[in-house]
Amino acid sequence: MTTILISYLFLQYYWWVIVSLLASLLVFLMFVQGGQSMIYSLPDTDMRKTMIVNALGRKWEFTFTTLVTFGGAFFASFPLFYATSFGGAYWVWIAILFSFIIQAVAYEYRSKPANILGKKTFDLFLFLNGALGPFLIGTAVATFFTGSQYSLNLMLSVKWATPWHGLEALINGRNLALGLAVLFLARVNGLLYIINSVDDGELLEKSVRKLLINSVSFIAFFLFFLVTLLLADGYAVNSETGKVILEKYKYLHNFLQMPLVLIIFLAGVVGILYGIAVTIFKNSIKGIWFSGAGTILAVFALFLVAGFNGTSFYPSSYHLPSSLTIHNASSSEFTLKTMMYVSFIIPFVVAYIWYAWKAINKKRITGDEMNGEEGHVY
Amino acid sequence: MIEHVNPALVDWSRAQFALTAIYHWIFVPLTLGLSFIIAMMETIYVRTGNEEWKRLTRFWMTLFGINFAIGVATGLILEFEFGTNWSNYSWFVGDIFGAPLAIEGILAFFLESTFIAVMFFGWNKVGKKFHLTSTWLVAIGANLSALWILVANAWMQNPVGMVFNPDTARNEMIDFWAVLFNPVAVDKFLHTISSGFLLASLFVLGISSWFLLKKREEWLAKRSMLIAAIFGLLSSLLVVFTGDTSARTLAKTQPVKFAAFEALYEGKQNAGLIALGVLKDSEEKLGKKKVKDFLFRIEIPGFLSVMTDGDRNSFVPGINDLVYGNADSTVFPVTEKMKRGKIARDLLNNYKAAKRQNEKETAADIKKIFHEEKFVDEIFRYFGYAFLETPEEAIPNVSIAFYSFHLMVMLGFMFILVCLIALYLVLRGTIAKNKWFLWIALISIPLAYIASESGWVLAEMGRQPWIIQDMMPVSAAVTQISTGSVMTTFILFALLFTALLIAEVSIMVKQIKTGPKH
Repeated sequence: MTTILISYLFLQYYWWVIVSLLASLLVFLMFVQGGQSMIYSLPDTDMRKTMIVNALGRKWEFTFTTLVTFGGAFFASFPLFYATSFGGAYWVWIAILFSFIIQAVAYEYRSKPANILGKKTFDLFLFLNGALGPFLIGTAVATFFTGSQYSLNLMLSVKWATPWHGLEALINGRNLALGLAVLFLARVNGLLYIINSVDDGELLEKSVRKLLINSVSFIAFFLFFLVTLLLADGYAVNSETGKVILEKYKYLHNFLQMPLVLIIFLAGVVGILYGIAVTIFKNSIKGIWFSGAGTILAVFALFLVAGFNGTSFYPSSYHLPSSLTIHNASSSEFTLKTMMYVSFIIPFVVAYIWYAWKAINKKRITGDEMNGEEGHVY
Repeated sequence: MIEHVNPALVDWSRAQFALTAIYHWIFVPLTLGLSFIIAMMETIYVRTGNEEWKRLTRFWMTLFGINFAIGVATGLILEFEFGTNWSNYSWFVGDIFGAPLAIEGILAFFLESTFIAVMFFGWNKVGKKFHLTSTWLVAIGANLSALWILVANAWMQNPVGMVFNPDTARNEMIDFWAVLFNPVAVDKFLHTISSGFLLASLFVLGISSWFLLKKREEWLAKRSMLIAAIFGLLSSLLVVFTGDTSARTLAKTQPVKFAAFEALYEGKQNAGLIALGVLKDSEEKLGKKKVKDFLFRIEIPGFLSVMTDGDRNSFVPGINDLVYGNADSTVFPVTEKMKRGKIARDLLNNYKAAKRQNEKETAADIKKIFHEEKFVDEIFRYFGYAFLETPEEAIPNVSIAFYSFHLMVMLGFMFILVCLIALYLVLRGTIAKNKWFLWIALISIPLAYIASESGWVLAEMGRQPWIIQDMMPVSAAVTQISTGSVMTTFILFALLFTALLIAEVSIMVKQIKTGPKH
């Protein structure tokens, strides 16, 4: 019975769900990056900057770890994607990596004496990671819908068709729109997180003002991406031949043919908008929980649209037959099943993360705390 | 199977990965060991309630934090470089290699990153016991993450638990437990973490010695030294034990590496272990590579044979035997392995051609051969040799293997003495008076890093030309991008890592000079 239920097909879907979940958590946790991208514009005093950096700094490890786990899970479950995208779109991924190396140390070193490069340099590192990280990740993920220029040979070795190795994604308007939407969403979530975790009246007021502009920017870029996505040709997999073909309104069809995914997506969008609205109009400090949950749901649904319902999740616009699907890019049945057993621990992981998060965040950060006996770590 | 590969691209890709790995390994061993030392100190604080122990814990915790961040950053790059620079590898074995990486993230990284936040920010926010538990969980998480990445690395040194699938042109896992309990993985994990414990102990001993030399923080320094000396001594003994078992395993799984780190060209019974030696180039050549001879050496007779399988009369094959064959000891020549590798590769090409031309029967017949045990054991296991052009390519750089091994071993034995003397002097209460020893302990810090890095240089350089032993050479694994791109990123990484390392050392030195907060 178990063997029938846990078929290879099931496992491939299961792991796409896990990868999608990790991707959606990553986008939510990029509120850290969003907050970092405003360290020059949001605080008006050094103390406020210290409060913001310390509030965000308590969570940078989560984002980082989620990125690493997302990479590891993608490698383990869909190794052909790992080989094709990372090896082919070399420069985009290297740029993303660079933006993350400088983040990890920036928190730890910025306020330490004798840090050689100076506090301003480490603040610049935080800003660069904050601005570039979400934008580049958003742009790279957009190629899941718009396609990339590569081909695979008989032994499935990747050959990129342009000498730009991934940077060409930056001249596609739809890719840019998703990159900017992710950046502004990260900034919206960053503001909502700061509002929730820093106890400072003036900072709160300024955050709410900035929230409005960033929300409008997010909505504009997101709508552009969404509308063009729904109207665009998509990369469909012919269920009989397994060949990848271009299908009109493929992603619109995916939403309509998977109503549950559509509901999740809409619930996500509503959650984000509610989180913003409740903060702006009702002075609530709990917007991050709605917007955060909304972000997870919306991104999760977008990933399901990219990979489910006979869709190529990493299409090649250069050579259609090379396009990757969750079936031709996945690990073997044995590996997926073994890892599925390991993945059962995820709820436990989520539970202890939640517990530790609540323990650390139960008291909001204040100026007094930063000046107090314990001082600030970052 | 693969298109012509530019050797410069392979070299730069290797250089970039080596650069990242070497920098990463500067930070990781300290994290592995210091996390446990901190946990022990905090345990004493919680049990005794003595605030001085809290101050001590927090001091070492600050140094831990400075070191930890950069280790995390370089670790991220390593993980993704498998994809960016070794994409053929990522596909060829991703089915096996990716799983430990994913498990590492789910089981270990989240544990570490969640509780490290409690460890650093939770002093006044959570109870003492919860904080202590978090500190222990960080130590366990850090060492668990080492387990999974070492399982992955061990698989590259000794591929087990998989089968080749001609349809997907890759290896696929069929036995997870064989991968996890690969003898190389067990040895490697224990040897690596114990060497990390030892390095951290020497770090604590060295810094504490500096305080004693400066006549500052005596109470704290002596207590730190007591813990570090005990932990370091136990760890150093484990390092020697696991080093010995590693060598035995290595002699069976990677005999060329084994012969190279002893610069043993001619196999023999009753082979001696070189305790100390200096190499020189001889006139003789193996292919394009000059044979190494000894300028001088001190040898322990028969010990290499004993190390191999406990018997002085055991035959230890030398590099010549392993490359050109030795009928007496049934060692295959590399030319024979190359022939068999090419048979396997041609069969794979024929299978692909049959599939492409829709010759179903031919394809089915060939596929059957790939599943035959005899074919796998006698032919396919040499698949990687098909990519070699000359038998001598199977020889790693002998000088690097020899010196890295002997440096590591010599320093390892020296560290046992350092820990032993430290423990003796601390227990006698005379440690502060013995300045000569305090200086030795201080100097042991950089030496510990040299020993630790040497171990990895031996492990990785010693297995060349293979990325996966006998299955795939580095030249077949590399991503097909321009050499210029990899050169550029190598330079960028080198500049950034170096700048960050300088900043890290500078901050660390400043924090040490400042000392524990009052």
